[in-house]
Amino acid sequence: MTLTRFVTKSAFRNKRRSILTVLSITFSLVLLTLMMTVWHSWYVDKGSTESAQRLITRHRVSLTQSLPEYYREKMRTVPGVVAVAPTQWFGGLYKDEKPENFFAQFGTDPNEIFKIATDFKIPEDQLAAWQKDQAGAVVDSELAKKFGWKIGDRIIIKGTIFPVNLELNIRGIFTAPQPTITVYFNLKYLQEAVSFFKGHAGTFNILADSPDDVPKVAAGIDALFRNSPEPTKTESEKAFQLSFINSIGNVKAFILSICMAVVFATLLVSANTMAMSIRERTREVAVLKTLGFTRQSILGLYVSEAVTVALVGGILGCLLAVGFIEAIKHAPAMGFFFLGMKVTWSTYVLAIVISGMVGLVSAIFPAYHAAKIGIVEGLRHIG
Amino acid sequence: MAIPISYNIRNLKLRKGLTIMTALGIALTVTTAVFLMALLAGLQKAFVSSGDPLNVLVMRKGSTAELSGGFDAALFGTLKTLPGIAADSKGEPIASGEWVVVAVLPRKDRTGEVNVSVRGLMPAGLTLRPKAKLIEGRWFTTGQREVVVGKSIHNRFSGTQVGDTLDFAKGQWKVVGVFDSGGTAYDSEIWGDLNQIAADFDRQGGLGSAYLRATDAVAADALKNRVSDDQRLKLEGHLETEYYEKQTSSGGPIKFIGIFVAIIMAVGSSFAAMNTMYAAVAYRSREIATLRVIGFSRPSILTSFVLEALLLSLLGAVVGIVLMLPFNGMSTGVGNQVTFSETVFSLQMTWSVVLTAIIFALVMGLLGGFAPAWHAARQEILAALRG
Repeated sequence: MTLTRFVTKSAFRNKRRSILTVLSITFSLVLLTLMMTVWHSWYVDKGSTESAQRLITRHRVSLTQSLPEYYREKMRTVPGVVAVAPTQWFGGLYKDEKPENFFAQFGTDPNEIFKIATDFKIPEDQLAAWQKDQAGAVVDSELAKKFGWKIGDRIIIKGTIFPVNLELNIRGIFTAPQPTITVYFNLKYLQEAVSFFKGHAGTFNILADSPDDVPKVAAGIDALFRNSPEPTKTESEKAFQLSFINSIGNVKAFILSICMAVVFATLLVSANTMAMSIRERTREVAVLKTLGFTRQSILGLYVSEAVTVALVGGILGCLLAVGFIEAIKHAPAMGFFFLGMKVTWSTYVLAIVISGMVGLVSAIFPAYHAAKIGIVEGLRHIG
Repeated sequence: MAIPISYNIRNLKLRKGLTIMTALGIALTVTTAVFLMALLAGLQKAFVSSGDPLNVLVMRKGSTAELSGGFDAALFGTLKTLPGIAADSKGEPIASGEWVVVAVLPRKDRTGEVNVSVRGLMPAGLTLRPKAKLIEGRWFTTGQREVVVGKSIHNRFSGTQVGDTLDFAKGQWKVVGVFDSGGTAYDSEIWGDLNQIAADFDRQGGLGSAYLRATDAVAADALKNRVSDDQRLKLEGHLETEYYEKQTSSGGPIKFIGIFVAIIMAVGSSFAAMNTMYAAVAYRSREIATLRVIGFSRPSILTSFVLEALLLSLLGAVVGIVLMLPFNGMSTGVGNQVTFSETVFSLQMTWSVVLTAIIFALVMGLLGGFAPAWHAARQEILAALRG
């Protein structure tokens, strides 16, 4: 019998206990993996290269103030700006107020938006059809699938911010690298229907000629309008999106504290099991010692046993987390925050390393005590 | 005959390390659950208590938030003359035309900028919000670039002391007072003169919303319907209480994440508790057999072990709740999806939160304890005695 076999045998000799411990660790690790994934995609991930080239300009005072539309032509004069399109959040309701029927509607310029969203794909003829129809709209392919929309369908969106209902003809279906749950329509339609909104736009989407130019472009645009009555705030697409997440509250502290609680709880569970199983085997330790095993090797055996159990839990946890992420993405109303979330390799590795560490730390104390026990005393022990 | 509970307590005491570690595991789960529930309770309180049952909020038809309103200011004249509006000491109807806009202020701890609601109101706006009380300085003067700040704003943002100037929109505003509206959403607002605010945000000639103070609750309901039914106005009346109740949905993401996290952690802890109880049963198999020989029945052994698991989880619940106590009342902000700005609220460990946490822990104990207890009760006496 090799040592590895000895370790795996002893790790799972009390099957029920091992399974319970593994399951307990699994569930903790699911949470940990989920939290790390969220953290990664919000705070570490820089976004795709296409996204890194895009900026968004809004009113300095707040997102709810609109900007004059003529800013668009002025922005083109800033070096590094390749394309600019106005966008306006419509915030309307489709069918009813239910969260599962929520999606984003943006008024924009059909002639330029796809030159900025370079990673969005739409067939040429569909784009041309949209450009010709002022009441036309293009929809995200995932969204079209969800609601069963086809080209030529008419959808009605009830206005909440604007006193108008949009009656849109679906002219095209676009695919994005990640689901966007967005419908784009012609901003002109909105401006003509709502007199007070003529000549306005909520935000501008900008494409810079390279990711390195983004900070320079942002500064250039803001400098242009600094002393005007409507000053602007320009930031990268990623930063703009993050500002929404930050508005939920102190999310960083929230995630960190949950992670801490989870890791500590796992540690307790694992330590508990190890303490139980090692105490039961006091006599066995004495036998091993009489056979010539040194303290160090006994310590090593028990520690590797704990690490094995914890690792199995960790791996199962990672696998389960992938399933959970998919489920959350499709949860109504919550999907918006978790679009495009994916467990990365670094997260897997980190989660498994943490579970291994937990096993290691949890076993050290009980294993040390067991290894220290005298042979005679150990043999006499009644467990 | 039932086995005395002191038997279980002594058993838990005997294996101190095991008991403490399992209880701590449960405690951590309970702490997390209590934290999330307290967060939601605080949020609920901030929004629900914001509305005054006598106030009717009028917005443009179809508009779901004050921020997205906007109607002709001339309509306010018509609104004021509607029957059922309470009169002030001078006999004037208590009605206030208002604008809610959003300004960006830097956080005190320099962790970034936050959107803050700024409300422009008429003097009657103060009369119809009796909950808002000045705690420092004075109210703003009509026609001046003066503002009063809510208590939460005062605590969380720099430059909000009386005498300071705040820089937003088109220039500087003098802070002349601080008000406290008792933990409601208003505490997260800045109030100033309607015309000054409207001018700075280019909203002259219109109103975002109007507040009407009804004489009583019945009149409030009638007033709300009258506004909504009047075809010429194209406006919609809402009871202020209902309007704020809807905003609790801002807590949706927290609620979703909270329930999710609590359930997963609870499942993990239940497994751990099960482990401990199985071990307890295994250690005592001979003892259990002896109890059976003395004449204790199977059901009483089952009850005894389930009870022991419940005791263990109860201990965990108590520790968990005590761990959370220092955080009670701690305030935090949540982005309000209706106003696009931050609403500050505090953690509220209400009795219902504490009670739910205890029940939550007991369920964990029950889930973890039942199977081992069943196992204990089913043991064969002879085999166990020989074991």
